Amino acid sequence: MLITDLFEETYFAISANKTRSGLTILGIVIGIGSVIAMISIGQGATGSIETSIQSMGSNLITVMPGFQRTFTQVAAGRGSAQTLTIEDAEAITKEVPFVQAVAPELSRRYQVVAKGKNTNTQVVGTTASYPSVRNIEIDQGSFISEQNVRSQSKVAVLGPTTRDDLFGEGIIPIGETIRINGMNFKVIGVTKAKGGTGFGSQDDMIFIPITTAQRFLAGADYVSTISVQAESSQLMAQVQTGITNLLLQRHNIANPEMADFSVLNQQDILGAASSITNTMTILLAAIAGISLIVGGIGIMNMMMTTVTERTREIGLRKAIGAKRLDISLQFLAEAVMLTFLGGAIGILLGSGLAYGITFFTDMATKISLFSIILAFSVSAIIGIVFGYWPAQKAAQLNPIEALRYE
Amino acid sequence: MIEVKNITKVYKTGDVENKVLKNISFSISKGEFVAIIGPSGSGKSTLMHILGFLDTPTSGQYFFEGKDVSHLSDDELAEIRKKKIGFVFQAFNLLPRATVLRNAMLPLVYANISKSKREEVAKSSLLSVGLEEKHFYHLSNQLSGGEMQRVAIARALVNNPTIIFADEPTGNLDTKTGELIMETFRKLNEQGRTIILITHEKYIAENAKRKISLKDGEIVEDIINRH
Repeated sequence: MLITDLFEETYFAISANKTRSGLTILGIVIGIGSVIAMISIGQGATGSIETSIQSMGSNLITVMPGFQRTFTQVAAGRGSAQTLTIEDAEAITKEVPFVQAVAPELSRRYQVVAKGKNTNTQVVGTTASYPSVRNIEIDQGSFISEQNVRSQSKVAVLGPTTRDDLFGEGIIPIGETIRINGMNFKVIGVTKAKGGTGFGSQDDMIFIPITTAQRFLAGADYVSTISVQAESSQLMAQVQTGITNLLLQRHNIANPEMADFSVLNQQDILGAASSITNTMTILLAAIAGISLIVGGIGIMNMMMTTVTERTREIGLRKAIGAKRLDISLQFLAEAVMLTFLGGAIGILLGSGLAYGITFFTDMATKISLFSIILAFSVSAIIGIVFGYWPAQKAAQLNPIEALRYE
Repeated sequence: MIEVKNITKVYKTGDVENKVLKNISFSISKGEFVAIIGPSGSGKSTLMHILGFLDTPTSGQYFFEGKDVSHLSDDELAEIRKKKIGFVFQAFNLLPRATVLRNAMLPLVYANISKSKREEVAKSSLLSVGLEEKHFYHLSNQLSGGEMQRVAIARALVNNPTIIFADEPTGNLDTKTGELIMETFRKLNEQGRTIILITHEKYIAENAKRKISLKDGEIVEDIINRH
């Protein structure tokens, strides 16, 4: 039997009973469609979380204060330590290899007033290297310079959301004065919007020189975070170890378990977030997969009916010389063709669904080649698995009995 | 061409043995037109199934073109059916939603013959059994009984078989149409085809040149018809 004959026979058999074939295909369409839609929702979520973590800066390592332990082993809250200093940041720049840039920061929320409007926002005291470490770009004016840091200038750079809150959208506030905690600051720049809300949003912030923050706002000389950028993602682990060792030495701590700081690798955060969303994707796909199995059983059911209905035809085909393989291939091809058609329509439906979700809600979706290949191979496998038994049943029919079947 | 020696066929249902064929021996040469006749239960259908490679005998030997073919596997039997045998059934057994031409071509699908060649062979076969060209693209279930049986005969002829088996070919037809179908078989025999006809009606068997009568699984008569 030629392969083209197999296709022709299959097409002939499927189109002979359009309604029934259509309804059977529908089961697979819904199954594959929901698998595609679910995976694309899951991968979209993974993607948007990854982007929002990446937007905090690339190859980023964050040093944060940890417990400050006393001799009695009583620990205050995490992050309460005030032992990180600008000198620590400078030492990291000088002594740890493969460090691209270091930006210490001291941030706290303050009430900010400008021209009668006021807001409560994060005020970040930092240095000139902050924009390069945290992927921030300047929209208007300029960022804090090293000169500003050295001379403890009372200058401020606004995030776009803060600018909107204080001055209104589209207004250029350069040269205006704002009051932070009762002190006047001159606005020298506005950063570009990065998008994103909540976790990792850097649009609702005010940047001032770190020395100014220490002296006039906090009244102390510790820093709350040191952001370190490694030269490449491969060197991050090495840099992380370098920082840990250096700070342990500088803080005179012998036991690493007693460290009064913690060093967070961006890769670790990313990994943790991805593993959560991956689990979610698998869960969603598994639920959708159940409907795929139900669809497969529908295919098997229809193939069983078809074999019974066409018993005489099978008998005739055998009488005129069809071998077992010819018969079983024919019915297997029918089942695979049905699932493939269902798979193709399902991919279109699922993609449409994913597109619709992105269009009507703000949820990100991502249709990957992987999910399409997965869907296609799954539908082919379902065709083979659920078509095998009916096909065997057809192939094993006795031609004499099959010809007599009423 | 066909020689059977002491063929028996036993069907077992539980502990009960049913001997359908008992020590059948005969031979058929090329170009013969043989009618196997007998009442129902005489074993004529079973004999046809064995001769037509749809079944194998329980014991005894079957020589086909000089080779012993008594015990072959299912696929080996299928291979012989494909190349050497043509069947015509009482119930026609056409594919109902397929065209006349497609039905006639069906055996060639399993014979790995190119599509254009298939159509050519099927068309000439249909014309040779007296089916008009205007019917070629009709669906087979739109035809009359006589036309359907002609399509079935054309289908049996497309692979140029050594023997044609006709199992009660007139059973579903009226007398007049049945006569015309038998005439077609006579013509095919005149062209040199070997035909084995299975029937329970004496007047149908008269069309053949030789008549083998079966009763209770045994040959009771083997005579040459005088026309």
